[in-house]
Amino acid sequence: MTLTDLANPTRFLALTTRILPWLAGATAILLAIGLYQSAMAPDDYQQGATVKIMFIHVPNAWLSMFVWGVMSVAALGTLVWRHPLADVAAKAAAPIGAAFTFLALVTGSLWGRPMWGTYWEWDARLTSVLILFLMYLGLMALWRAVEDPSRAARAAAVLTLVGAINIPIIKFSVDWWNTLHQPASVFRAGGSTLDKAFLWPLLVMAIAFSLLFITLHLAAMRNEILRRRVRSLQMMQASRTSEARTGLRDVTASKEIGAA
Amino acid sequence: MTALGALIRRDIRIALRVGGGALIGVLFFLTVTVLMPFAVGPDLALLSRLGPAILWLGALLASLLTLDRLFTADHEDGSLDLIVMSRTPLELACAAKALAHWLAAGLPLIVATPALGLLLNLDGTATLAVALTLLAGTPALTFTGMIGAALAVTLHRGGLLLAVLVLPLSIPVLIFGVAASQAAISGPVSFGTPFSILCALSLVSLVIGPFAAAASLRHGLD
Repeated sequence: MTLTDLANPTRFLALTTRILPWLAGATAILLAIGLYQSAMAPDDYQQGATVKIMFIHVPNAWLSMFVWGVMSVAALGTLVWRHPLADVAAKAAAPIGAAFTFLALVTGSLWGRPMWGTYWEWDARLTSVLILFLMYLGLMALWRAVEDPSRAARAAAVLTLVGAINIPIIKFSVDWWNTLHQPASVFRAGGSTLDKAFLWPLLVMAIAFSLLFITLHLAAMRNEILRRRVRSLQMMQASRTSEARTGLRDVTASKEIGAA
Repeated sequence: MTALGALIRRDIRIALRVGGGALIGVLFFLTVTVLMPFAVGPDLALLSRLGPAILWLGALLASLLTLDRLFTADHEDGSLDLIVMSRTPLELACAAKALAHWLAAGLPLIVATPALGLLLNLDGTATLAVALTLLAGTPALTFTGMIGAALAVTLHRGGLLLAVLVLPLSIPVLIFGVAASQAAISGPVSFGTPFSILCALSLVSLVIGPFAAAASLRHGLD
């Protein structure tokens, strides 16, 4: 099974029908374990119980960047390899990515209120994530502005690749600008600075959220494929009825009689 | 080279002609700047503190307003198809068009800055700093905006969609443009640090803008 095999939407639909229940089940189990572990994690000596917001916030923030990465690969698939499902993948990913980014912003500001004393600060990391959110919304607006999906796909692909510049800026913003948001503590040179009691729930939650994204993404791709089929069927029907109205009815009727 | 030179000359001539609309950007810049004191009140101390931000915002909106013209007119009369099909690489042609657009619509904004600085109670250093940062930063606005203009022309949608696509990309330019002007006036940071980042942003957009615009024109026009 290679990527070219999946170019056939029917085969993709058949494959995802088999995979999706398993994925959804695994996501539910891991999320349950992660949430239980997060609830059982000890309070931080400085932050108290608010440290638990991190178990939701960090996976969302990771995924907000990861989804743009997925869309960039899909954009290359649209522009370079002309993979038929690439633009479906890109279109389906945008709202999910926007939701993850929004949740990262909301949970971050809920954490910021007791810790930093403010819901919002124009810090480099926060600002760049906000720009990411605006770009997700712009991309969704672009998808909605054009009826023809293939035309919208190429435009969206160019915009996605341009916007990908923002991802390393977000990642390194905490190192380049010495501002309020704390620097990376899990993946860093010299090992994680996080205590094991916090690290394990966080990793489980990260995997659970990644699985959640894959599940939602595949489901959204299926919806998009089916939506396009419905659209093309409707257009066929519309052209048939207009043919019938313009007096071709007699011709088809005589053909049917002949066939009978 | 002669083809690119001819393209630049042609674009500037069209932009400055009646109906070209390059100078309407300056008029818009003036109007936006004049509106600000009505909104925040005619307090001169406050205005001189907000001045660089107001001028930058006005220039950003003015350059956004004129971006629509970058490709639309050429698309309507068919000359854009000729440019796409010509032997000159499309990336260079896009860069030439953006340069012409900046010369016709961006430079007048910078020339108008000292006069508007007077209205906002900016002193000599502040006006000079804003003009210098605009000189370094407006090419970045034009060249990143060109990506949006190319997308909009291939989708036959302009206006609001263009603004929604382009504005997030121009936020870094705005941040460092205003930061550099503030640094020159009062800030603890030296003028050079944000200013060199602003120049870097312009250079990066100089490279990325033409390639992205050419890609979207090539894939989008059929």
